[in-house]
Formats: sequence, C-alpha cells, structure tokens
Amino acid sequence: MNIVKLIALGLITLFAMMAANFARDFAYQVHAILIMLVSGGLFMWTLRHTGDPAAPADQTTYFDSVVRAGVIATAFWGVVGFLAGTFIAFQLAFPGLNFDWAEGYANFGRLRPLHTSAVIFAFGGNALIASSFYVVQRTSAARLWGGNAGWFVFWGYQLFIVLAATGYLLGATQSKEYAEPEWYVDLWLTVVWLVYLAVFLGTIIKRKEPHIYVANWFYLSFIVTVAMLHVFNNLSIPVSIWGSKSVQVFAGVQDAMTQWWYGHNAVGFFLTAGFLGMMYYFIPKQAERPVFSYKLSIIHFWALIFIYIWAGPHHLHYTALPDWASTLGMVFSIVLWMPSWGGMINGLMTLSGAWDKLRTDPVIRMMVISVGFYGMSTFEGPMMSIRAVNSLSHYTDWTIGHVHSGALGWNGMITFGALYFLVPKLWNRERLYSLSLVSWHFWLATIGIVLYAASMWVTGIMEGLMWREVDANGFLVNSFADTVAAKFPMYVVRGLGGVMYLTGAIIMCYNLVMTVRRAPAAQQSGPAAVPAE
Amino acid sequence: MELYTLLRQFADSWMLLALFAFFIAVVIWAFRPGSTKVYSDVGNIPFRNEDKPAPQHTTAKETRA
Repeated sequence: MNIVKLIALGLITLFAMMAANFARDFAYQVHAILIMLVSGGLFMWTLRHTGDPAAPADQTTYFDSVVRAGVIATAFWGVVGFLAGTFIAFQLAFPGLNFDWAEGYANFGRLRPLHTSAVIFAFGGNALIASSFYVVQRTSAARLWGGNAGWFVFWGYQLFIVLAATGYLLGATQSKEYAEPEWYVDLWLTVVWLVYLAVFLGTIIKRKEPHIYVANWFYLSFIVTVAMLHVFNNLSIPVSIWGSKSVQVFAGVQDAMTQWWYGHNAVGFFLTAGFLGMMYYFIPKQAERPVFSYKLSIIHFWALIFIYIWAGPHHLHYTALPDWASTLGMVFSIVLWMPSWGGMINGLMTLSGAWDKLRTDPVIRMMVISVGFYGMSTFEGPMMSIRAVNSLSHYTDWTIGHVHSGALGWNGMITFGALYFLVPKLWNRERLYSLSLVSWHFWLATIGIVLYAASMWVTGIMEGLMWREVDANGFLVNSFADTVAAKFPMYVVRGLGGVMYLTGAIIMCYNLVMTVRRAPAAQQSGPAAVPAE
Repeated sequence: MELYTLLRQFADSWMLLALFAFFIAVVIWAFRPGSTKVYSDVGNIPFRNEDKPAPQHTTAKETRA
C-alpha cells in the first residue's frame, strides 16, 4: 500500500516540478510549487513511516480528532473571511484603501472572491464537514468509515482553500461567481469531495441505528448535490496543462443558466440543506428535547430538495433567458416559502416547553436567532425573485443585504452555536469558559447584522429608485456616480456592522481557546447516564 | 423529433407527474398508521450513543435499549 502511495506522490512531485518550470502564468507557477512542496513533504513522511506497524483503528471510540481539527479550521477561516469582508466593505466606502502598492493583488476585485469563498467554502464548508462527521457518527452509533480517509478529506479541503485563495489574489479565476477556482483546483476538489461522500455514506451503511436520522438526510443531499453542481458548472477545457486558463464548454445563455443553476443551489444545498442538518442535530441537543415534529422534518426534506433545484433562473430575469424559464424559477422560488417556513417552525417549536432556556442559555439563543434569520431571509428571497420586485432590487445593494442576513444570521449564528456546543464535548470539558462572553458575542453579532441588513435595504432601494428615475422628458435624472455618492453614509454603517460581527467572532475564539485551556474537565459519566427516552 | 423537444415534452408531462406522485407518496408515507410511535423513537436518536459507538455485536434493536 505504501509503495503505491510513494509512487503516486513521487510522480505528482515530479509533475509539479515540471509544471513550475513550464508554467505559463504566475498563479499556476505558485500553485505548482505549493503542490510540489506538499506532495514532496508527504513523500518523505510516508517513506520514513514505511514499515511502522499499522495500529488498527479502535472501533469502540468515535473518530473525533478530525472533528477537533475541523472546529479549529472553522473558527480560523471564519475570522479570516470576516476580516476580508470588513476590509472590502471599507474599500467600497473609502476607495483610498485600494492601495496603489497593492494594485492587482489586494484591490476590491481581487479580494471580493477571497471574502466570499473564505466565508462560504472555508468557514461554512469546514463547519459542514466537521459537524457532519460528528453527527453521522453519533446518530449512526458507528465510528467514521474509511480510517484515515477522514484526514484526507480535511487536509485535502484545506489545500483546496489555499489554492483557491492564492489563485484569486494572483489572478487565476474563471469568473464564475462562487465557482471562481480554475480547472486543476476544480479537479482536486472533485477528488476530495468524492472521498468525503464515500466516508459519509460508508458510515451510514455500517450504522447500528436502523433508521437514518433526518440530519443525515440533509447532509447527504448536500454532499451529493454539491458534487453534481460542481462537476457540471466547471466543465471547461484548459488552454494548456501548463497554465491556469481554461475555456468553458457552455457559452452564452446556456453558460449563464448553468452558472445560476449552480449558484442558487450552492445557496440551496450548501448553505441551506447542509446547515439544516446542523439545525436538526444541534438544536435538539442544546434544548435537550427531540425535534418538534419528525413527520414534518421528513416532508421538509423532500419538499426542500424537490423545489430548490428549480429556483436558479430567478437570477436571470430580464436577460436573454427565455421567459418561460425565468417564470419557472420565479414560481418555484415562491413555492419554496412552504418548506422553508415549515423547517423554521420545526426548529423553533423544538423549544416548546423549554422557552425559559432562552433566558438562561445564550448558546440556544444563538441557535434560535439563526433560525429566525433563516425564516426572514427565506421570506425575503422569494419576494425578491418576483419579476416586478426584481426589476427594482436586482444589481442593487438590496441583494447584498439579503445574502448577508442569510449568511451572517442563519449560517453564521447556527455555526457559532454548534461550535459552542462542540468544543466542550470534543475537548472533554464540563462547560464553556464564560457564558457572559457568549452573550457579548450574541449581541455584537446580532446588532452587527441589523446594521448591515438595514443599511443595505436603505441603500439598495434608494439606488434602485435613483436608477429608474426619469424627468418629464423621459431622460434619466441620475448618473451612476450620483448613486455612489448618495450611498456613502450607508456604506460606513455597513462597515461598522462588519466590525461588530468580526469582534464577536474574535471573542468567540478567545472563549473557545480558554474553554480548552481553563474550563474544568468533565466528570467521567458512568453507565448511570441513561439517555432520556 | 428533435432531442430537445422530446426531452422537453417528457420533462413537463410524465416526469413531472412521476416526481409529483413520488412527493405525494412521501407525505402519505410519513402519516401512515403507526408512524407516530416509530418517529417518536427515531426522534430520540441524538440522545443515544453520545460518547462511543454501539458495540460491534449488538443488533439494531439492542442499540435502542
């Protein structure tokens, strides 16, 4: 086995060396050197450990070390992503922050995809991978399948993130929103993702529980659908194997439709289905009561996945896309109100009979407000997909406000709640270091989101109205620069909201580190701790 | 007939019907007689096996005990 590994790693290292030499562009060269170092290092490591007796995996414990690493990565990338977002928010308010000396590397255009990918794929993706590994083991009563494949998924995914992020800064991008990485990074992610699918599915197959818990259905649909979306949206032909540039297989409106089929389902299956998996495990655990209605959760699942996949065309109203397609997207977006709110009600009502916990437990408060923001942004989204509303909202900051009330409110808050739940469990601590710091985080983040969303509503609607304002003779009243000038105060408010959200996340990191270092160790619970039935 | 037209007609007739029927069947299945008891047990899965996996030799039924 090690021989095969050594041959493969050796060949990859050799290829990366040649690639670094023949590289046609700088980003590709940097990536080739990076891959050369990683695979060369792995080659040495494997060589040194060849012949070590292999320790058989202990099947009587859960594979939690990879989850711990995932938790650390989630917190780290979260801060990086929020920092990048806050910085580019101020770049928009104060263009001077696009420094001349960093032009071409750290200007808004280069940093913006770094921000979106860092928060969605690095922060959100690590949260999903780590929590799915945690949840699938517990709800299947089985150790993670595949042994070290779990570690391959974790480190492979980090490598993907680093390749993507450095690529953006150095200009390797295929310019597809949320799918910017170039062809070789896409291929690597496909490999990592298929191993992730195998590990997750393998654990489900060897489960001891006869029933597959609903959280795992959501996680599985997220993994499968993202694999499909990723492959189809990234069908491209490299110009040369020694360069990062590639050409899309689809062209024109077909390409646009594939992109937004991908883009909207990245929201639907990455940021919604996957995080609903988190909701269906962590809210019952933190509230210490089972989900409000299991039947509703089954209907929620099938309704959500059957409907979301059709909603993409609402991103292409008033374009070359045929009317029937954009109407289809609009109708399905509106139908989505039902499963979205059904799921929200299911999450919130899980607390029925335990509402007093909201007063005493800031972690559950965080989870509840995340479900609240989920309800709010899934109401707003379908409304914005209506063609008449879209004609006002599209291309304005309203869209950015909508995305952030969903991402900061729903995805961010549920992830923070899950991290606060996971860290004491994973490091065997009795409790968190400080609950009042959790409260600080909660209020900073909540007020930050309110500032963000409110300022973007104001500036978005203002911008939309200014763009369409015509005088008595039918001439446009405002130039584009007029709208930019009018938006300035709102951009400052948005930046401040970002600062508050970032501060909250840093407080969380401090609290989690102190939990691991200072909080008292948990008492070994004997067999006396029988779960409530 | 062009392949596009063929697929298009299939998609908005039989496939649409099949998907819709599947969905209705799922809803009916969720409300089948006896489901309440099954689901109240299943809803408690997160509260079992918190610290370690179920032993190798256990059957599914013993996991629940």
